[in-house]
Amino acid sequence: MAATAKTIEQVKSIGGKYKFGFVTDIDLDFAPKGLSEDIVRFISAKKDEPEWLLEWRLKAYGHWLEMPEPKWAKVSFPPIDYQDSFYYAAPKSKDDAPKSLADIDPKLLETYAKLGIPLQEQEILAGVAVDAVFDSVSVATTYKGKLEEKGIIFCSISEAVREHPELVRKYLGSVVPYGDNKHACLNSAVYTDGSFVYIPKGVRCPMELSTYFRINAENTGQFERTLIIADEGSYVSYLEGCTAPMRDENQLHAAVVELIALDDAEIKYSTVQNWYPGDEEGKGGIYNFVTKRGACRGRNSKISWTQVETGSAITWKYPSCILEGDNSVGEFYSVAITNNRQQADTGTKMIHLGKNTRSTIIAKGIAAGRSDSTYRGQVKILPKAEGARNYTQCDSLLIGGDCGAHTVPYIESRNPSARVEHEATTSKIGEDQLFYCRQRGLSDEEAVALIVNGFCREVLQQLPMEFAVEAQKLVGISLEGSVG
Amino acid sequence: MPSTPTRRQPERAMTAKTNATQPFADRLDAAAESLPGGGRPWLDRLRAEARAVYRETGLPGPKVEAWKYTNLNRLRRTGFAADAAPAAKVDTVPVGNALSIAAHQAVLVNGRFRPELSSLPEAGDGVEVMRFADALAREPSLLESRFGRIAPPAGMPLVALNTALATDGLVIRFRKGKTAEMPVHIVSIGAAAGEPVMFQPRLLVIVEEDAGGCILESHIGTGDGIYFSNGVAEIAVERGAMLRHYKLQNEHPSAFHLATAKAELAERAHYESFVLQVGGRLARNEIHAHIGGRRVECRLAGAYLLRGEQHVDNTTFIDHAAPESVSRELYKGVLDGTARGVFQGKILVRRDAQKTDGHQLNKALLLSRGAEIDSKPELEIYADDVKCSHGATAGELDDDALFYLQSRGIDEDTARGLLVDAFVGEAIEQIAHEASRTAFRQVVEGWLAEGRSKNQRDGDSEA
Repeated sequence: MAATAKTIEQVKSIGGKYKFGFVTDIDLDFAPKGLSEDIVRFISAKKDEPEWLLEWRLKAYGHWLEMPEPKWAKVSFPPIDYQDSFYYAAPKSKDDAPKSLADIDPKLLETYAKLGIPLQEQEILAGVAVDAVFDSVSVATTYKGKLEEKGIIFCSISEAVREHPELVRKYLGSVVPYGDNKHACLNSAVYTDGSFVYIPKGVRCPMELSTYFRINAENTGQFERTLIIADEGSYVSYLEGCTAPMRDENQLHAAVVELIALDDAEIKYSTVQNWYPGDEEGKGGIYNFVTKRGACRGRNSKISWTQVETGSAITWKYPSCILEGDNSVGEFYSVAITNNRQQADTGTKMIHLGKNTRSTIIAKGIAAGRSDSTYRGQVKILPKAEGARNYTQCDSLLIGGDCGAHTVPYIESRNPSARVEHEATTSKIGEDQLFYCRQRGLSDEEAVALIVNGFCREVLQQLPMEFAVEAQKLVGISLEGSVG
Repeated sequence: MPSTPTRRQPERAMTAKTNATQPFADRLDAAAESLPGGGRPWLDRLRAEARAVYRETGLPGPKVEAWKYTNLNRLRRTGFAADAAPAAKVDTVPVGNALSIAAHQAVLVNGRFRPELSSLPEAGDGVEVMRFADALAREPSLLESRFGRIAPPAGMPLVALNTALATDGLVIRFRKGKTAEMPVHIVSIGAAAGEPVMFQPRLLVIVEEDAGGCILESHIGTGDGIYFSNGVAEIAVERGAMLRHYKLQNEHPSAFHLATAKAELAERAHYESFVLQVGGRLARNEIHAHIGGRRVECRLAGAYLLRGEQHVDNTTFIDHAAPESVSRELYKGVLDGTARGVFQGKILVRRDAQKTDGHQLNKALLLSRGAEIDSKPELEIYADDVKCSHGATAGELDDDALFYLQSRGIDEDTARGLLVDAFVGEAIEQIAHEASRTAFRQVVEGWLAEGRSKNQRDGDSEA
C-alpha cells in the first residue's frame, strides 16, 4: 500500500498549500512558454526521470523538429504556433480558474443538468478551484487498494517510471514509436503524465478502470501518455474521458495511447470524447490529435476500441490494431458526431500479420450544421495472414445541407485465403421517420436524437452500461440546434 | 484526385521540384515545332500551358495520393527513342488480339492514323470520324470549344504530356438527333522493335443533342519492343444524348499503358463505359465523369484479369455536380501469379447535387499466393438528400461452391474456371450492346483458356 499512502500524502501536502497562497507555489512549477530542448530537459528533471527516458524524450524532440505535419487528413486549420503554449503545468493554472459555478458559461451548465451530473462533480468538470479534487483522489485510491490485492498496477505513468521501470522501459514506445508521426513525436518529447496499467497473468480486472478520476486528481492535460499491458490470459476494460464536456482552453491535445495484449489477453478500451468544440462560428475549441494503437502480440489476444467522439473542434484520431498473434482479434466501434464548424477525420487501421486474425470495423458518422466528418481507415492483409477476415461497415448520416460526410477506406490484401469485405452508405434522416416521431408527440430535436441513437445503436451497445446511458443523452445534446 | 476542386482543396498535385531530369521533359520544345495546327493562338496557348504543367510536375510520384498504389519508376527508368516513328512495320491489323466485331474501323499505329488500314463511316451513317489535322482545317470552332477544355492539362501531368506531344488523333462526332447503327472501333496498335517508343493517342468524341452511338477501343501491340501509350480521350455527351464506350486494353506484355478519359455529361445524358484490362506490364485507366446536368445516367463497369507480374490500375471519379442523377459502378478483378491490381473509385456529390443516387462496387478474386489487390473506394458528400453507397471485397473462390461443383463430377480445374467465369460474367453483363458483349466475352474466355493450358503445362512439368 505504499503507493496509495504516498498519493494521499502528496495530495494532502498540495491541499495544505492551497490554503496558504498556492499561487506562488504553482508559479514555481511553470515552465516558460515555448518548446526547446531545455523545456524537454526541464520536464524530465521535474519528474526526476532516469537518464534513458530523458534520452528518449530528446530523440523524439529531435525527430519532431524535422518531421512535417501530417497533411493527408481532410481537416483545415491555421498552422499551430508551438512556441505559443506552455508545456508544463501552466494551462490549468488555478488562478485562471473560475471561482464558482456562477462564472461558468451557462450553456455548459445546461448540458451538465441534462446529463444529470451532481453539483459537486459539475464543479470538478468545469475546473472550479475547490478542494473537491481531494475527494476524487480518495475514491480513486480506495479502488487502488482493491486492485493491488490482485496484483494489478494502476497508477500514473510517472509513478510507474519510478516504481516499475523495467515494465515501462520494455513497453513504452513499442507500439507507437517516438518517430511515428509529428503529434506522437511531440507527445513523446513533452508528455507530462498519463496512466499506466499492468494486469498480471490470468487476472480478470474486477472493475472498469477509468482515467476520469485520475486526471482530475493529477491535473494532467494536454499531452497524456497511456500504456496498458495485459499479460497472458488477463482481461481489462478501460474507460477514458467522461461524458460531460470539459471546460478547457488548451488548443492542442496530442495524446498517445499504447495497448499491448499478450497470449489470450483481452483489452477493451472505451472513449467518450467531449472536449470543448468551439462556438457556433468555429471560434476556439480543442484540436484533438491523438495516436492510439494496440498490439495483439499474443495468440488469441483481443483488442477492442469503442469511441464516441462528439467534442473537439478538430478530431484527428485513428485507434488501430496490429494483429500479430495468430487468431488475434481487433475491433473498432466508432460514433463521430460533428455539428456547427467541427471537423472530424477519424477511423482505424487493422494490420493483419498473424494467421486467422479477424477484425471488425463499425463506424458511424453523423454530420450536422456546417461540419465535416470523414471516416478514414485502412485494412491491410499481409502475405502470412492465412485465413484472415475483415468486415467493415461505415455509415454516414447528413443532417442539413451545409455539412459533408466522407468515406476514405484503403483496402490492401496480399493473401488469397483472406476475406475482406467493406460496405459504406450515406443517407439522410427520412422525412417519414421524422413524421412518425412527431406524430407521436416528440419534438423535432427529440425525434432526431431518437433516430440518431438508433443509427448508432450497434456502437453504443458496446459501451459499458453506465457509460452507454450517458452517451445516448450526449448524442442528442451534440445535435442540438441542427434541426428546425 | 489532383484535379478535383473541392471545398477544402485537399492535396494539390504534389509540389514536385521543377526538375530538368523529369523523363520526356527534354522533348517538349522540339515537339512544339512540328505539331499540326501550330500558329493558331488558342492551340499554341493550350500547348504552352501543357508544357508548363508537365515541366512543373513531371510524372506523378508515389507521394501523390492519386498515385499511391501505382509507381511509375519502371516507366521512369526506361529510355525512350526520341521519335515515335514506328520501329516495327505494320501492314495489316494483327488478328486475334483486338475485339472481333462488325464496325467502322479507325486504325492508329503508334498514335498515328493509318487510312489504308481503316474503313471509316460515310455520310449518312450518322457519325463522322476525322483526323485531328483535318478536323482542325474543316471545323476549327468545334475543336476550339472542346479540345483541351474537357480535359485541361492543369493538375493532370499525363494529360499535359499528351497535349504537349500528341501529333495526331481522332475526332468523332455523332450527329444531332441520329442514332448511329454501327459502332466505331478504334484499334490502337503499339509497334516497337528495337528501342522503346512512346506515343500519345488522342481522341475527341462529341455526341450531339439526342444522338446515340457506340465506340469501341482495342489497344493492342505487335513486335517485341517496349512501348508506352499515353492516351487521352475527351468526351462530350450533350443533352439527351447517349454514348456507349467500351474499351479493351490488351497491350503487349511488356508495354506501358496509361490512359485518361474525361466525360462531360449534360442534362439527361446517358453514358455507359466498360473497360476490360488484360494486357500490359504496367497499366492504368483513369475515367473522370462530370455530371453537369440533371437526370444524367452514368454507368461505369469493368474487369481486370491479370497474371504474371502485371500491375494494372483502374481509377474512376464520378463528379455529381447537378441534382437527380444516377451513377452505377461495378468493377471485378481476377488476380493470378504475382499480379497486382489497383482500384480507386471516388464519388463526389457537390452541395447542389441533391437527390443523387450513387452506387459503387469493386470485387477482387485472388487466385494465387503473391497476388495483391489494393482498393480505395471513396465517398465525398456535401449534399444531404442523397443515397450513396460503396462496397469492396477481396477473397478467394468460395470453397463451398467449388465443393458443390466437384461433388457433381466436375474436375477442380473446370470448376474453378466456371466460378471465375461467373464472377467476371457479372461485370460483362453490364455491357448493354449485345454484339460488343459477345466480343468481350470471347476475350475473357480466351484469357481463361490460356490459364487452363498454363496450369496443364505446369502440371505436366511437375509430373
